[in-house]
Amino acid sequence: MSDTQAQTVAFVRETEIPPSPPPIREAGAVKWVRENLFSGWFNTIMTLVALYIILRIVIGVFPWFFNGVWDAGSIRECRDILEGATGACFAVLVDRWDHLLFGFNYPQDAYWRPTLAFVLLILAAVPALFYMYVPSKFLIGTALYPFLAYWLLWGGTLWLPIAVLAAIILTGVVFRLVESMTVSTRTIVAGIVGLVAGVGLAYLLYLGAKELWFISTSIGTGGAFAGLMSLVFKAFSIFTYVFFIPMGIFVGYAIYQSASDGGLVTLVTSLLAIALMMLYAVGPVSGVLNGIIPIELAAVESRQMGGFMLCMMLGAVCVSLSIPLGIVLALGRQSSMPLIKGVCIVFIEFVRGVPLITLLFVANVMLAYFFPPGSGLDLFLRVVIMITMFSAAYIAEVIRGGLAALPKGQYEAADSLGLNYAQATRLIILPQALKISIPGIVNVAVGLFKDTTLVSVISMFDIVGMIRGPIQQSTDWISIYWEPYLFAATCFFIVCYSISQYSQWLERQLQTDHH
Amino acid sequence: MAEAAQMQVSDEVAITIQNMNKWYGTFHVLRDIDLTVQRGERIVICGPSGSGKSTLIRCINALEEHQAGSIEVDGTLLSSDLKNIDKIRSEVGMCFQHFNLFPHLTILENCTLAPIWVRKTPKKEAEETAMHFLEKVKIPDQASKYPGQLSGGQQQRVAIARSLCMRPRIMLFDEPTSALDPEMIKEVLDTMIELAEEGMTMLCVTHEMGFARQVANRVIFMDAGQIVEQNEPEAFFNNPQSDRTKLFLSQILGH
Repeated sequence: MSDTQAQTVAFVRETEIPPSPPPIREAGAVKWVRENLFSGWFNTIMTLVALYIILRIVIGVFPWFFNGVWDAGSIRECRDILEGATGACFAVLVDRWDHLLFGFNYPQDAYWRPTLAFVLLILAAVPALFYMYVPSKFLIGTALYPFLAYWLLWGGTLWLPIAVLAAIILTGVVFRLVESMTVSTRTIVAGIVGLVAGVGLAYLLYLGAKELWFISTSIGTGGAFAGLMSLVFKAFSIFTYVFFIPMGIFVGYAIYQSASDGGLVTLVTSLLAIALMMLYAVGPVSGVLNGIIPIELAAVESRQMGGFMLCMMLGAVCVSLSIPLGIVLALGRQSSMPLIKGVCIVFIEFVRGVPLITLLFVANVMLAYFFPPGSGLDLFLRVVIMITMFSAAYIAEVIRGGLAALPKGQYEAADSLGLNYAQATRLIILPQALKISIPGIVNVAVGLFKDTTLVSVISMFDIVGMIRGPIQQSTDWISIYWEPYLFAATCFFIVCYSISQYSQWLERQLQTDHH
Repeated sequence: MAEAAQMQVSDEVAITIQNMNKWYGTFHVLRDIDLTVQRGERIVICGPSGSGKSTLIRCINALEEHQAGSIEVDGTLLSSDLKNIDKIRSEVGMCFQHFNLFPHLTILENCTLAPIWVRKTPKKEAEETAMHFLEKVKIPDQASKYPGQLSGGQQQRVAIARSLCMRPRIMLFDEPTSALDPEMIKEVLDTMIELAEEGMTMLCVTHEMGFARQVANRVIFMDAGQIVEQNEPEAFFNNPQSDRTKLFLSQILGH
């Protein structure tokens, strides 16, 4: 029985002829080369020029790279080993490996802690990044990670992060409790909370007004400018006394009035609860618990953090904080309530209009003035606040673009089904707006990650700070440039390229308009 | 055709609009609208573009705000109170000219979203309801696809099913067939006719006069923000009263 001959009717083919291969000129590498490299005389010349340039670069770099010295104690030893030949001195990376990764001040016997934190970071990120493939119960691990990482990196007692976690959970309980109260019970709660919040706000404003007056008197009146500034601060101070302090009381009254609706009371009660717990309960409770069952690691201060570890810490914390804050700001800017909209616009425009370096200087020096002596915020926290604010403002604008790109019909369809604002935003608007905004958000995130090297200007020794300071200025490694910077560039490239690849993968996953 | 017109209309009032006025800035879109809709009534609203017919039905579920007069839906007065608005919206279904399905959710998720979140229906029950209505609009086999993978006619039928999943007492249609190819119009109209035959209260902005003749028990003609004329379909088409109506009908029925 033949392949093509039919048994029944002679002229009917029963089996398909296998497809014949295309002509050799139309297939495989030959076709690709002909179409992409030699499609015309101009492209042929360009290909040859490019080949020549690539060849020159390879010839230049290869000896430098492969002659590289990996084992030497100083740059002079390197030169002796090379005996005038071209070659890199990678020995600096080996010699200062710990400093490049952890900074020069982090206790050596504790290097396992950041290393473990880094490994756990990757594990904790998986459920969040690949949420469509990982069961959602693993997200609990992601949520617990920050507390564990804090303990590993800074040390101290484990009870402190546990107490903070407990405070957050308790706040959630308070939220649920107030939400489910009957109106009459909630009115009583609203009365108490309104009183506390109103008086508290008024008191804070009173402190602020006093502070402004103090500044105005300490500026003095020497010279026209100082006199003017003094007057301005006096005016602000009086304005606060006359206008803002009564407003603080009024806010308390407004909270009391909104008891029947519930939303505002619930929110303010929860915020008040967590603020009070953080200020007065968390410290003593963790101290007592640690007295009973001590679980402690040697404490490390923020100033001792450094190297690429510092960049990773700042990058991970600031990216994960600035995206939610950016979403809130973007939604706030779209709000129909003038006060919320105004606050968001002023915040975004102000922060975007200021260079990050000035914000970092403010974090380093100025913020200390705003807090009562002794309660100064940790340096790392101050830097995190500033970088987060900075990138949140950018992310807010990116997301606003995504929100604006959604057809009006999506809002109308959500409304017409009876979804309220929170539901429509969470279920319909944000999933689509964020999907559109992914490239923009990733752009900001990558930029933010690289901007963490700017902390070296406020004498925090991140990887660039380490290279510029302790490494290049040591007598052993004086004036070594290419090798450590190449290493830093490689570290950043690996992380940034991974972020970029992940975002492209995510975009493909979220694509729903193709078959 | 006649049987459709005889479908039961109860005495119960579904919608009462009294002396309603609306402006866009200084532009007066709706002038002194008075309209009472009985439960089970099927009303077709037609008129030239810009006459305010879409705006009128969008006022009924508060997608547009009216500035004067009153609208009462199912005994609930439409005011700026958000709770009233959400209550009315969950009782009133709406289909749009451009379907407005949620492109990031599957067909089934589109249909179960509002019942689960607004009505707090358990997920399984919501999915059963959704499949019931998807079968009714004859596309149960597309349930796991995304809206972007469906044709226009199929999308509009999903949109109808999505509204029905909320078990609305009133359905609003805002030019449901205007964005469709001719061969898809029929499948959507068939679905709407079936819905009408089950006694749903419907307000439909459309230019499908065949549909109006077949299922409507009242046709309303609007021009320049006013209700110019309203009558039963036969009388409306065969014996229009105002010159404006005659001109409009000659233009759309003329070819």
